[in-house]
Amino acid sequence: MIYLDNAATSWPKPECVIEAITRFLHDVGASPGRSGHRLANEAERIRLDAREALGELLGVSNPLRIVFTSNATTALNIAIQGLLPPGSHVVTSGIEHNAAMRPLRMLEQRGVSISVAPCGGDATMHASALNDLIRPETHLIVANHASNVSGTLLPIRQIGELASARGIPLLVDAAQTAGCAPINLTADHIDILAFTGHKGLLGPTGTGGLAFREDFDIARLPPLICGGTGSRSEDQVQPDFLPDRYEGGTSNILGLAGLAASVRYVLERGVETIRMHEARLTGRLIDGLARVPRVAIVGPCDPAKQTGIVSFVIDGMPCSEAALVLDEQFDIMCRPGLHCAPLAHRSLGTLPDGTVRLAPGPFTTEREIDQTISAVAKLAEIES
Amino acid sequence: MNTVAIILVYSTSHAIQAERVLKKAGLAAKLIPTPRQLSSDCGSAIRIDAADQEASTAALERAGVPIDRLVAIGA
Repeated sequence: MIYLDNAATSWPKPECVIEAITRFLHDVGASPGRSGHRLANEAERIRLDAREALGELLGVSNPLRIVFTSNATTALNIAIQGLLPPGSHVVTSGIEHNAAMRPLRMLEQRGVSISVAPCGGDATMHASALNDLIRPETHLIVANHASNVSGTLLPIRQIGELASARGIPLLVDAAQTAGCAPINLTADHIDILAFTGHKGLLGPTGTGGLAFREDFDIARLPPLICGGTGSRSEDQVQPDFLPDRYEGGTSNILGLAGLAASVRYVLERGVETIRMHEARLTGRLIDGLARVPRVAIVGPCDPAKQTGIVSFVIDGMPCSEAALVLDEQFDIMCRPGLHCAPLAHRSLGTLPDGTVRLAPGPFTTEREIDQTISAVAKLAEIES
Repeated sequence: MNTVAIILVYSTSHAIQAERVLKKAGLAAKLIPTPRQLSSDCGSAIRIDAADQEASTAALERAGVPIDRLVAIGA
């Protein structure tokens, strides 16, 4: 089987992730932040391991500025809903995922105004496109680091420099890039970053979170969810310090045990090494598919400008049909459709039909890419 | 003369971080359930040698770990 759906969730996971989860279930089991016995303390040590690894990966020196949520969507909702009061204005890009767009559109109903910066037909965008939309009442810039449809990377450092110069907080959706593209909150001028654990970070589903740059004042951001934290138990008000401010409720510590191991794996293998591996496969896939008649690739078609995603359409064939044949006849797993990102598809001109998305990962081989190119060529031939 | 001191922190995240910072700095630190008479805030506290009070608070400050209180326990 060839698994090319790493942009949805990465698979397989490194062996150390399976071992860490198994070890947790066998030997630890307890809930961190509660109780104070040695198993609870060990669980908290594991959670700190995960925070430290992520801090190292993202350029955040205080590990407690890494906050865990159940996914990037929850993380984005905390930041978006907390920073945009009625009457405020937000600037965002034309490649956003619904994880950002839906909370924004909900707030629009409550009097928040939204400006969407236009992208090119390959979903590329200059930072200046955002700059032109900033108003005096702009409270936030929301930018997707990379499109989950075409893989197109936004110039995040330039956007960060712009946000910093204009004094507006920048929230980055790194669901597609954390673990497979370099990110440094300080150097990139990112105030808040939302990440997910189960894609490029190679961890389990149900893990994600927020990373706060050292100088971002969390007093500006109220929590979205309040509840038990194990701290200040006599107090009926949510703690005001990190990470407890945003971590009400029992933690997914089993998932975080896996995430601690997976991020350590990513750090040891190296983000640059993973990026180069995926770029090589992406380039190979683009070159191969470009030679197949009736196939049109969307996006920049340049591995330097995109993540490990190649999205395409076959002239005259619905993408759902193509994906079904790839699964059943060629044993290739991919994702067809709109990928929860209608805005990005509008930028790419692929509404309403969508695309077939191939997303290699750190464990994909060149041989698998070549087999996939042959399969798509046969597919395009069969149906013509 | 005091033999031990208890560092009270705001949460177990801070307690575990403090334990790690102090151990890295070569200081003896033991995680203990917070003595109820000292605080009800956080379930875990850090017990250190009384002689290490200054070195411990300095190390925690350098690492950015906030301390709620430091309580010296009489021998």
